[in-house]
Amino acid sequence: MENLVTVYFFGKKYEVPESLTIMEAMEYAGYQLVRGCGCRNGFCGACATIYRIAGDRTLRTCLACSTKVENNMFVATLPFFPLVKAVYDIEKVKPTEQIMMQLYPEIYSCIGCNACTNACTQELNVMQYIAYAQRGEYEKCAEESFDCVMCGVCSSRCPAEISHPQVAMLARRLNGKYLAPHCDHLEERVAEINNGKYELLLEDLMGKPISEMKELYNNRDIEK
Amino acid sequence: MYHDTFMQESIKKVEAAREANIRLDPRRMTAEEKDILLKTYHPDYRQEQFAELKMGPNKGGKVPVELAALLQGNARITSDQLDLTKPDYDVDVLVIGGGGAGASAAIEAHENGTKVMMVTKLRIGDANTMMAEGGIQAADKPGDSPAQHYLDAFGGGHFAAQKDLLYKLVNDAPEAIRWLSELGVEFDKAPDGTMITTHGGGTSRKRMHAAKDYSGAEIMRTLRDEVLNRQIPVVDFTAVIELIKDDKGHCAGAVLQNMETGELLIAKAKTVILATGGAGRLHYQGFPTSNHYGATADGLVLAYRAGARLLYPETLQYHPTGAAFPAQIYGALVTEKVRSLGAMLINANGEAFMNPLETRDVSAASIIRECSDRGNGVPTPEGFAVWLDTPMIELKNGEGTIEKRIPAMMRMFGKHGIDIRKEPILIYPTLHYQNGGVKITDDGQTDIENLYAAGEVVGGIHGRNRLMGNSLLDIIVFGRNAGRNASQKAKSVQVGELTLAHIDTFKKELADAGIDTDVVSPKLLPDYTRKV
Repeated sequence: MENLVTVYFFGKKYEVPESLTIMEAMEYAGYQLVRGCGCRNGFCGACATIYRIAGDRTLRTCLACSTKVENNMFVATLPFFPLVKAVYDIEKVKPTEQIMMQLYPEIYSCIGCNACTNACTQELNVMQYIAYAQRGEYEKCAEESFDCVMCGVCSSRCPAEISHPQVAMLARRLNGKYLAPHCDHLEERVAEINNGKYELLLEDLMGKPISEMKELYNNRDIEK
Repeated sequence: MYHDTFMQESIKKVEAAREANIRLDPRRMTAEEKDILLKTYHPDYRQEQFAELKMGPNKGGKVPVELAALLQGNARITSDQLDLTKPDYDVDVLVIGGGGAGASAAIEAHENGTKVMMVTKLRIGDANTMMAEGGIQAADKPGDSPAQHYLDAFGGGHFAAQKDLLYKLVNDAPEAIRWLSELGVEFDKAPDGTMITTHGGGTSRKRMHAAKDYSGAEIMRTLRDEVLNRQIPVVDFTAVIELIKDDKGHCAGAVLQNMETGELLIAKAKTVILATGGAGRLHYQGFPTSNHYGATADGLVLAYRAGARLLYPETLQYHPTGAAFPAQIYGALVTEKVRSLGAMLINANGEAFMNPLETRDVSAASIIRECSDRGNGVPTPEGFAVWLDTPMIELKNGEGTIEKRIPAMMRMFGKHGIDIRKEPILIYPTLHYQNGGVKITDDGQTDIENLYAAGEVVGGIHGRNRLMGNSLLDIIVFGRNAGRNASQKAKSVQVGELTLAHIDTFKKELADAGIDTDVVSPKLLPDYTRKV
């Protein structure tokens, strides 16, 4: 029999196997999850969770899907957090400092407490990427925030009421669309296709008998 | 850190052979070798795991037993239970599903000036798209062409793809990348703008575009942001439990159910796009899965009950490299990009037993053979596994490559005390993708007039096996295609009187086929609560 640990979901006590993740432990305890459960593998940010270990005053945060239970863990889930999402037209915005001032002016109220960084479930330097956003350095903001899963824990801890994940989302789109180097070979290929360059080649392949296609496939050269 | 003695001993063998293994380029299997391997070891060939459908559009065809039970299951409602004359929503285009295909379709339908609404049983972005790590294919480089892409995908899919769909997939691929770039998706690029591309299993050219190893997440969060910017209504935590037709037999809406309150709602629509995704959470043959919590084949059930044919529903993809250890991440996806970057598959004895870039079905079968008949697997609490020798990546490409190119993998294993830069990882195939699905024509329409489908719920694009990077591509190309065509069609549709009569027809067919079941479908969510 596996070792059991004591956990408290929303204050209620359960005994669960120590090898389980918090999410699995909730299911072990009998919860049929609807909210607070998404990809179950650390990519979607659905299962933001706040906890304390009895006797330790530190408030900790994590994703329930990728964190193991601990003994005397007091768990509260945060399946939704009301972030501010500014609406904009990606074709009309420009990667200037002004756009952040317009859409997310609260970022300039950051008091530098670093609570966001301390809370991040992905161990990102959140305060740093907000600083980049303040200065209009969107490429750096995009890079620093890239692994964000938008769980919202940072914002729940922010005294300046910043919606960090949405700020970073805007920065990444600005960077991807306007600042990243332009890809010429992509434009050229799209133009060729629009001119019908590959239609005959493709139709020729579609018309070939399977035996010939097998021959072509099994003997095709593979780029090193 | 590995604490198990067998694992530690085996790692020593892997490390001792690493220098020699790196220099190897194991030969690719011949077509005959692959055929025999697949028939002997691939899960699709385990006859006892499939059932013959006794009724419905695919009567006589075979599907996994778990899927057969749902396809031939009972509806959640009766045909006369709801007043269909008072719909709660009345829109031009109804998109069912909040993943990459659904979001792409909604954006295009909105762009085309129609009133579009999305409905999703969890949140927008809760989808397999979010979890796709490795990349997206497009033949956009000199030396490559859509024709070459076609050949790779057609052969990799065992020459079974629906040709007109595959044509569209490969020929529209560069435009899909361009569209995503214009929306602000951050593809990995060289300083001069050249796309950084790699191989995937079965590709003959390096055409895998990526956004680190968050490719799907980066695409999905961008599409979601665009849907929100366009203020397209998203009805979340609301499942579709039945399609609605009109008196002409055309699809004309859906019955919705609030996942939390159980409330039933009626959505009327001129056209409907089914973008409900895959089925990994049905855990065919007891396999773990890399799929999202909501991947329960709902779309197949909805479409089948309404009378749409499925194509290749008996073909599933087992991703060769699911995490096999530790238990907390059992079944989680280890992106193929790990192999694209040079990590090799190594057995318990330190031997590189295959070329790491065979197609997924061949790779999975080869790993299963290594762990079964050949007895070369490493024992783990969940069964046997083989090594994926990740430290090779930095030996081949330089220090820092792993953090830069596959940070999500480093993080996933790092959380459990394994540093993939220094230690290899244990993997075993995981249920990953539904190759088959609802049959469509090249405009995205199913057998049912005004019912469109896009994304993983569709079958035929990839034949009987899909190549890495063709699924992110397919959701964009066919999501946009369905959005454009369904919205265009909606402009001329006059919806007749709404009806759920197909529920009764289906019920009678079930009875006529002698099926008496207590299964209710669609399933909506897996049940992981402990039974005591």
